[in-house]
Amino acid sequence: MTIHQDIRDGESRPLREVKPEPQKVLYVPRYTGLQRVNHWITAILFTLLTLSGLAMFTPYLFSLTGLFGGGQATRAIHPWFGVALMVSFALLFVRFWRLNLPNRDDVEWSKRIGDVVTNREDRLPELGKYNAGQKGVFWGQTALISIMFVTGLVIWDQYFYPLTTIETKRWAVLAHSLAAVIAIAIIVVHIYAGIWVRGTGRAMVRGTVTGGWAYRHHRKWFRQIVGERPVKTGSVDKRGH
Amino acid sequence: MADYSSLDIRQRSASTETAPAIRHHEEVAKLIDVSKCIGCKACQAACEEWNDLRDDVGVNVGVYDNPHDLTAKSWTLMRFTEYENPETNNLEWLIRKDGCMHCSEPGCLKACPSPGAIVQYSNGIVDFVEDHCIGCGYCVKGCPFNIPRISKADNKAYKCTLCSDRVAVGQAPACAKACPTGAIMFGTKDAMIEQAHDRVEDLKSRGFDHAGLYDPKGVGGTHVMYVLHHNDKPHLYNGLPDDPKISPLVAFWKGGAKMFGLATMGFAAVAGFFHYVTAGPNEVVPEEEEEAIDLKEGREHRGSGDDRPSA
Repeated sequence: MTIHQDIRDGESRPLREVKPEPQKVLYVPRYTGLQRVNHWITAILFTLLTLSGLAMFTPYLFSLTGLFGGGQATRAIHPWFGVALMVSFALLFVRFWRLNLPNRDDVEWSKRIGDVVTNREDRLPELGKYNAGQKGVFWGQTALISIMFVTGLVIWDQYFYPLTTIETKRWAVLAHSLAAVIAIAIIVVHIYAGIWVRGTGRAMVRGTVTGGWAYRHHRKWFRQIVGERPVKTGSVDKRGH
Repeated sequence: MADYSSLDIRQRSASTETAPAIRHHEEVAKLIDVSKCIGCKACQAACEEWNDLRDDVGVNVGVYDNPHDLTAKSWTLMRFTEYENPETNNLEWLIRKDGCMHCSEPGCLKACPSPGAIVQYSNGIVDFVEDHCIGCGYCVKGCPFNIPRISKADNKAYKCTLCSDRVAVGQAPACAKACPTGAIMFGTKDAMIEQAHDRVEDLKSRGFDHAGLYDPKGVGGTHVMYVLHHNDKPHLYNGLPDDPKISPLVAFWKGGAKMFGLATMGFAAVAGFFHYVTAGPNEVVPEEEEEAIDLKEGREHRGSGDDRPSA
């Protein structure tokens, strides 16, 4: 190790880096490994369905069929992705539907959507595990995926052609495409929210969030996790005693 | 079955390229005079023969229609209807040769998502190019006449080609060539319309007051036309649509819905980007990490210099 002279006192001592003391951070479990796997399988399938579906939705994106081995292959595989997604999403639904039931806080949160998008988190009510936006994604996808599954079966000509009339299939293909574009738009918002709200990604990647994240965004849930009941403002003094 | 090397293309499915325009091709048409048809099915046999198709042997269920419906291997079919005319008390045997009508505004082509899988030649013939067909069945939904069929063998759509390969070299379609009564005629569309007028006049003189030419305007006219004794009721002829047009559902799906879809998805992405560059990320501040630790330790902590309400 090189010996340097310290200009403060003229002493010679080994050079060492001065690091600020790392902040102590609490990590809070948010998703189990199985929940993450379930989520990411659904996400991967949704991506594959988006790419193969858009290829058949508009000629501008027909070249996406190349990703799946051509038009015939894309047409053949798309409904199977859909079946797999239905199963995967159904498991997600069973896991999370209770936590996504709407409550009063969601009304309050929705009314303050202006504060939400301007990052004025301090003006929002304390929230449970999910806010109204996240619940909207959940129920929106529940409805749209159900619609797409049923209408998808109707237009899966390879197996179900004789079961419905052509007029029914026309309704189905229209409903299927409209539901799809709305679902894709919701997922774009879902992904963006994960980029915008820093620290969210690790919930689905590592399974944990920092205490600060939980405290800032889902304090009611955080209190439950740490086993504390919500404290009313004013019931404690400035020092918290 | 398409071999369009010697024919110019006017429309191509799922494509934005403009059609070649330096040549002018006369529009052709097939005229089927239902009043002259004797139901011999020579046209069906000729179609199979020329196009080298052998449909599966079916089951006789006691009707003349054979096969029972159009299939991927039967591109034309005599449909038999026994009609008791209430005005004359006569039993009329209405036999209509069913098959692709080769619309000027083809619903199949509008619905098709695969570039070049359906083409319309400059002479008006609508052809499926199976090489590019992905088997999605959108053409089935687009067609106002229920004509295209998807083969179980190769998942590709098939239908009457109007013998585009024969027409390209100056031959009449096989069915027209084979018809023993001359009920199927072929020529330029103008000539066929003229011919139809003669036939309609003749039919009217023989008591069919509503005789007329079936060339439905709802699809921009067709390149297969019928002379009908009861042109006021086309549905008598085994459900021939009275006023065929591309379903508004299909029109919306391929028009407004596509625009709505691209706009919605694009808007979501663009809105996200601009939100980020204006509002910026929503970040946890170090104080909140501390608050969280304190809260976990059972203390509601509020630092004196912290202006953030913690509850």
